[in-house]
Amino acid sequence: MPGRLFLLPVALVFAAMVVPAHAATIEITMENLVIAPAEISAKVGDTITWINKDVFAHTATARNGDFDATLPPKKSATSVLKKAGTVEYYCRYHPNMKATLKVEP
Amino acid sequence: MFTRRSAAIAAAILLSSPALLQGAGAADKPTDAQIAHIAYTAGVIDINAAKQAQKKAKSKDVKAFAEDMLRDHEAVNKQALALVKKLNVTPEDNDTSKALSKQASDKLAELDKLSGAAFDKAYVANEVAYHKQVNGALETQLIPSAGNAELKSLLQTGLKIFQGHQQHAEHVAADLK
Repeated sequence: MPGRLFLLPVALVFAAMVVPAHAATIEITMENLVIAPAEISAKVGDTITWINKDVFAHTATARNGDFDATLPPKKSATSVLKKAGTVEYYCRYHPNMKATLKVEP
Repeated sequence: MFTRRSAAIAAAILLSSPALLQGAGAADKPTDAQIAHIAYTAGVIDINAAKQAQKKAKSKDVKAFAEDMLRDHEAVNKQALALVKKLNVTPEDNDTSKALSKQASDKLAELDKLSGAAFDKAYVANEVAYHKQVNGALETQLIPSAGNAELKSLLQTGLKIFQGHQQHAEHVAADLK
């Protein structure tokens, strides 16, 4: 049994390697009801991490339905970009929080 | 000169809103202790309205909106309490807080008589109007009058939150039609 458990980390390493080498993780913060940076460029395959620094819950909701991440207070959420295009997103709870993601192929 | 003009404009705006002018005209601007009390009271009012809506609302969206209000206003008020404790300020009751509370209890009683879709519509319409009123007071009266930098900053965060609530409420109201 312990043998199987040892295989798990190995599997995780391999899983990580499947992601293309150029994929980056881009961090976007939500603080004091402001999304920063408000506009950012990324590539398909990149991971977006939204970091909520507020004591309020937020969401990162794409207007075109591509993603809808919920961010409890002081937590973060991620989304892997699957297709190219310009995506406008906002917080459903505070629709005055708005930002744009430019996803290149 | 500029200050005096802004004060005159602020006073003019405040005179057009029913509850938030009594006791705190441009001449006697509220103290930090009074501002803290007004801000906290405004939060409690919306929390009570949300609790009523949780019991009475029919629409799923309206229920969800009420839950959002409860969560955010409780979070803001928790921060406000922590701040007054840190600053060693005792919130001071005042005529503006009293007028707000009176207006709110009348509204709760009025909404209590409604049910179903009529309640949903009236609650959301009042949320739009109420947040508009509070945002106006924050912008023209409370934020400019706040002396302490941390209090001012908390009020500014509050303003952004409540502007978001106003927009959210406007969306919910539009969807109810």
